[in-house]
Amino acid sequence: MDMLPLILATIFTAATPLLIAALGEHVVERAGVLNLGVEGMMIVGAATGFAAAVLSDSSVFGLLAGALAGMALSAVFGVLVIFFATNQVATGLALTILGLGLAGLIGQNFVGQPRGAIAAIEIPLLKDIPVLGKAIFTGDPVFYLSLVLVALVAFGLNRTRIGLLLRAVGENHTSAHSLGLPVRRLRFWAILFGGLMAGLAGAYLSLIYTRFWSPGMSAGRGWIALALVVFAAGHVWRLVLGAYLFGGITVAQLHAQAGAIALPSQLLSALPYLMTIAALLVLSLSGRKGGGAAGSLGQPFVPER
Amino acid sequence: MSEFVRLSGITKYFGALLANASIDLVLRPGEIHALLGENGAGKSTLVKMLYGLLSPDSGEIRINGEVVTLASPQEARARGIGMVFQHFSLFDDFTALENIAIPLAGEVAGRDLREKVRAKAEHFGLAIDLDRPVYTLSAGERQRIEILRALMQDPKLLILDEPTSVLTPSESESLFKTLDVLAAEGTSILFISHKLEEVRRLCSVATVLRAGRVVAEADPRKTSARELAALMVGEGVADLRTVPGHGFGAPVLVCDRLDVEPDTIHGIRLSGVNLTVRAGEIVAIAGVAGNGQSELYSAISGEGGTITAGSVTIAGKAVTREDINARRRAGAAFVPEARLGQATLPQGTLSDNIVLSWHATEDIGGLFVDRNRLGAVSAGIIKAFDVRTPSTDPLAVQLSGGNLQKYIVGREVTRNPGLIVIDQPSWGVDARAAAHIRQTLIDLAAKGAAVLVITQDLDEALELADFIVVMCEGSLSAPRPVREVTRDEIGLLMTHRAGGPSGGVHA
Repeated sequence: MDMLPLILATIFTAATPLLIAALGEHVVERAGVLNLGVEGMMIVGAATGFAAAVLSDSSVFGLLAGALAGMALSAVFGVLVIFFATNQVATGLALTILGLGLAGLIGQNFVGQPRGAIAAIEIPLLKDIPVLGKAIFTGDPVFYLSLVLVALVAFGLNRTRIGLLLRAVGENHTSAHSLGLPVRRLRFWAILFGGLMAGLAGAYLSLIYTRFWSPGMSAGRGWIALALVVFAAGHVWRLVLGAYLFGGITVAQLHAQAGAIALPSQLLSALPYLMTIAALLVLSLSGRKGGGAAGSLGQPFVPER
Repeated sequence: MSEFVRLSGITKYFGALLANASIDLVLRPGEIHALLGENGAGKSTLVKMLYGLLSPDSGEIRINGEVVTLASPQEARARGIGMVFQHFSLFDDFTALENIAIPLAGEVAGRDLREKVRAKAEHFGLAIDLDRPVYTLSAGERQRIEILRALMQDPKLLILDEPTSVLTPSESESLFKTLDVLAAEGTSILFISHKLEEVRRLCSVATVLRAGRVVAEADPRKTSARELAALMVGEGVADLRTVPGHGFGAPVLVCDRLDVEPDTIHGIRLSGVNLTVRAGEIVAIAGVAGNGQSELYSAISGEGGTITAGSVTIAGKAVTREDINARRRAGAAFVPEARLGQATLPQGTLSDNIVLSWHATEDIGGLFVDRNRLGAVSAGIIKAFDVRTPSTDPLAVQLSGGNLQKYIVGREVTRNPGLIVIDQPSWGVDARAAAHIRQTLIDLAAKGAAVLVITQDLDEALELADFIVVMCEGSLSAPRPVREVTRDEIGLLMTHRAGGPSGGVHA
């Protein structure tokens, strides 16, 4: 088999969890909430998903369980920041720390257990396109799902009424409240969606990307997803671009390590994270201050009565 | 006449503060009802309860004779109450049409919304471009969106909270025409203002609030502005003592062909700003809010904006590239618009807050802060500037707006500055404190300081200044002597560049 389609396919596999988690956080931030707990929700999704898949011997069930675990954790965050108006940064960081610990506990009996690959979906005819056909149209189900989700989120935010309301709540919660929009309820739903996506991204990591569970395996991908949202600056298509760019770098550095480039492997492994910093730097230097973030991002909302 | 809304015995506390004390108010269809009162009299609190944003501690609200509980703005809107906010409740990055669609229920917000909005706008003479994002629009246009949004639900009562505070005189006039049409069609209107002339022009009933209580109900068409003012303020406010015939000295503040890039995307770019303030002179910058006044203040104080061309000179010292401390050392003092968070640390004591502006120029101790000195200075300011405090050295946030502003002005004046720049000196300040602050500025100028006042309140500018300049779209008009200028002329300058490009140093 040719190398190129294979490499492309691994890029998509590496990028998919980033894309899904970032997509969830994108919705959360459009609603004006900053959830720094993506890493925590992801790792809990990875551990729970893997455990559930092993116990039930169903990867699909595992993916579902992982997503729900992420959502459960986000519900904790939601209750705290929405209804107790706690500081979102501190609560998000706490969520990540809690998630890392919780995941270790959930996954402790499953370390090192192998798990078979989930069946790929091959799309007839399209898969016969040279190079790209093999890379794109023989992917796993969640890869396709991620693309559908991107389209749904883009359409939902920009073209539907609920999307308009969600963006309004994120843009200016005081105005939204004075117009009678249910600010806190809308934000809570957005947070739950973010958790669902982060959990699914985590389960993808342990069930499809690596196909084993080890503690700390999310390895900062939640943070990269957060950086992607900043990078996207409100545009879903830039989220896709960013995710595949990072997927590409991740895979490239793996090949570079294997290909005996005379650089310490630690340095190569650090590449995606260095890129994150570089991307954020470029973004903040390039004109538009505020970077398209929602107007009320990170500010707790407490209606006076 | 029938009545639409009846409030009886409405009482609201914020902690220990009594904001509304047993207020009665009746609103009738087709009537434009003025709610008069000074800042802090309780007007906004009252209408927020009527609009479901706050809930009263006691009292009842009747709509069409039926007792109702308005637990949220949705409920108020469903009962036919619409509101136009003083600080607009618009979404800056959204288009006008999106802004209008947001609070409307699904079926109204369908495909034909654009047509409905257009028809409504035409009927009430509200010209709006529906597809531009709000941040590109002027205050007048924004307000028309707010009004149109409220009108989309055919309200039976429309509440307007200080609607003219951001409008030019001609924009106000077109607003009044719209309101006249609405009232003629049977809508009842509650018009909150402290501008008495427009109340007399527009309203048939006025309820006057003072310190949370209804002190009078009057027919504004038959009551003079002076009488209404006396009702609002209580005892009469002393007229300002001006110092006649003192001459002006050398220029203290000179802005020469200043171009400034704003810090934020929604900021205003300043271009070719020429401004001179001489010793002993009070110059007022008038203009509709959001035309670059804040950006000019920041450029003069050195706190923000990027100066791309031109220069700022204070007392002969070029300070274009210097920070605020260097400017203070050159003899300047600054009073920003935001009292809490910029002029003071809200959670700091008054004596600690001395340090904020004094550290650059005064001796407040070496390695350690000299608390005794701070306390003495603070006590001196409190005494000299008649600051009413709840304790000897309270937190800044514990003072009322007027008292805090008196303290801040006092803090700067005590440094004996050669130049004071003050942004919105009496915004949200009661009449007595405002008069006190204006008198302080006049006295300071009489002692030879240069005074620059940025204000949205044209009356204040006319009362206080020797020269008036008007800011419009990031440019300044030529200075005009206050004695020779008319309101109409200033109104024109606020919208067009009637005075031509910014004039140089005035004679």
